[in-house]
Amino acid sequence: MLIKHAADIRPSEITAPELYADRRRFLRLAGAGTAALALGGPAELLAAQARDLGPLVKSPFTVGEPLTPRKDVTRYNNFYEFGTDKSDPAINAHRMKTDPWTIKVEGLVGKPRSFDLDQIYKLAPLEERIYRLRCVEAWSMVIPWVGFPLSALLKAVEPLGSAKYVEFVSLFDPKVMDTRPVLDWPYKEGLRLDEAMHPLTLMAVGLYGEVLPNQNGAPVRLVVPWKYGFKSAKSIVTIRLTDKQPNTSWNDAGPGEYGFYSNVNPDVDHPRWSQAKERRIGDFLKRKTLPFNGYADQVASMYAGMDLRKNF
Amino acid sequence: MTATTPPRSPSIKALSAGKISALKMLIFVLSLIPVGLLLLAFFQDELGANPIETITHATGDWTLRFLLITLAVTPLRKLTGWHWLLRMRRMLGLFTFFYAVLHFGTYIVLDQFFDWRAVVLDVLKRPYITVGFSAFVLLIPLAVTSTNAMVRRLGGRRWQALHRSVYGIAILGVVHYWWLVKADVFEPLIYALILAVLLGLRAWWREQERVRQRNAPPPSATGRSQGRIIPILPQ
Repeated sequence: MLIKHAADIRPSEITAPELYADRRRFLRLAGAGTAALALGGPAELLAAQARDLGPLVKSPFTVGEPLTPRKDVTRYNNFYEFGTDKSDPAINAHRMKTDPWTIKVEGLVGKPRSFDLDQIYKLAPLEERIYRLRCVEAWSMVIPWVGFPLSALLKAVEPLGSAKYVEFVSLFDPKVMDTRPVLDWPYKEGLRLDEAMHPLTLMAVGLYGEVLPNQNGAPVRLVVPWKYGFKSAKSIVTIRLTDKQPNTSWNDAGPGEYGFYSNVNPDVDHPRWSQAKERRIGDFLKRKTLPFNGYADQVASMYAGMDLRKNF
Repeated sequence: MTATTPPRSPSIKALSAGKISALKMLIFVLSLIPVGLLLLAFFQDELGANPIETITHATGDWTLRFLLITLAVTPLRKLTGWHWLLRMRRMLGLFTFFYAVLHFGTYIVLDQFFDWRAVVLDVLKRPYITVGFSAFVLLIPLAVTSTNAMVRRLGGRRWQALHRSVYGIAILGVVHYWWLVKADVFEPLIYALILAVLLGLRAWWREQERVRQRNAPPPSATGRSQGRIIPILPQ
């Protein structure tokens, strides 16, 4: 999937059309924000603008497929903590406070520690990577993420030889989130250590060249492009290295439906629907789903000899 | 359509034929609003990132809603004494079928785009589609026999027996919804509760009737107590 030829203009350099159309509103908001600051009003009005992603490194891990429009990426997604309709996160996630933020890294590591956002941003040069995203619900997108390899963060804490798995815990704040017990909160995900260290595994802090919107998992989320979307935990607060396979929220909710691995696999159906095809958002006709979401060249060797029907 | 006449009609609030027609027209127009809003959203490009999913969910929701509204006619009529409600029931039932056809058509045309192999596999392998498809197929004979001529041809009793299958269809419809959600069963639960009330009232009334008849003087020579069944035909 490595690019044949990268586009001359990176998506981050293109002003999204709806932002362009919205420039008057932006000016008004900016004006209101300044006024609010002057009056000692809520500073979080400006929080989104406060962080700058800086110069982005071009990444070879990029697909050359047309991008899913920003408005679809930010208004159609699952983030059950803010409601189970895919339009809910964009409506409700603004209530989450994402700065300041710390990620605690603990468990089987030589140097357990916490990272604040400044430290997270400096772990490695921020890259723009265009990845496919395949949801377990059989729709897909192409998304320009901004982030750094998870391996950079893990190396900083020096995993012990006994560490075999990595558990990710998302924020659960009942004050701003939906508290109905739809899943076992807080949301938990997990990877095998080799999956977590794989160069494709990204910690994303941005989208379309800008700071990650809350509904997409701000301020830091996981992106594992060869697995179904729910594996890519959002708004991560704890990373724990363990010697046992961690419990994960969807696997707990439906062990027969959502496996620990959840690698994209057109040959292994979800018990209730086919995974052979997917609808790329914006397309009318469905397209065939690719093994490992098209990343088989890079990742299939990690599962050599495994029965992917059993380890779904 | 048929119904057992209540033994003693409570204060009959008979509406004139003109008022009945006006109410029918009103309900007809109201029933078209959901599909009208969908069309409007389509032409204004406001169906969201996944328009086919939006249309599938909206038409499915409205099929279930019309089914429950149709099933609410008899209980409401009994509770309120508004007998004119019965004259709306056929139209409401046909609107249930109308939205079911849109829902099924969306699945076949927009979602699967006539991929019949995928459709057959879905119906056979996916329980939620199996029950949804069954519910749709079972609605067809009810729609076909909805005309006055068909009521006469079948006879009130047989017609009524056939149309009682709608209770089972409603259960299949709610199960279809329940089985397709990933984790959040809140909405299907609401439909299930409403359906439980509508079916529960019927069961309770039937039981009351049974008790009443057991305590009543011996029934007619046929040995079967039976309410008089009359087809309800438009005037």
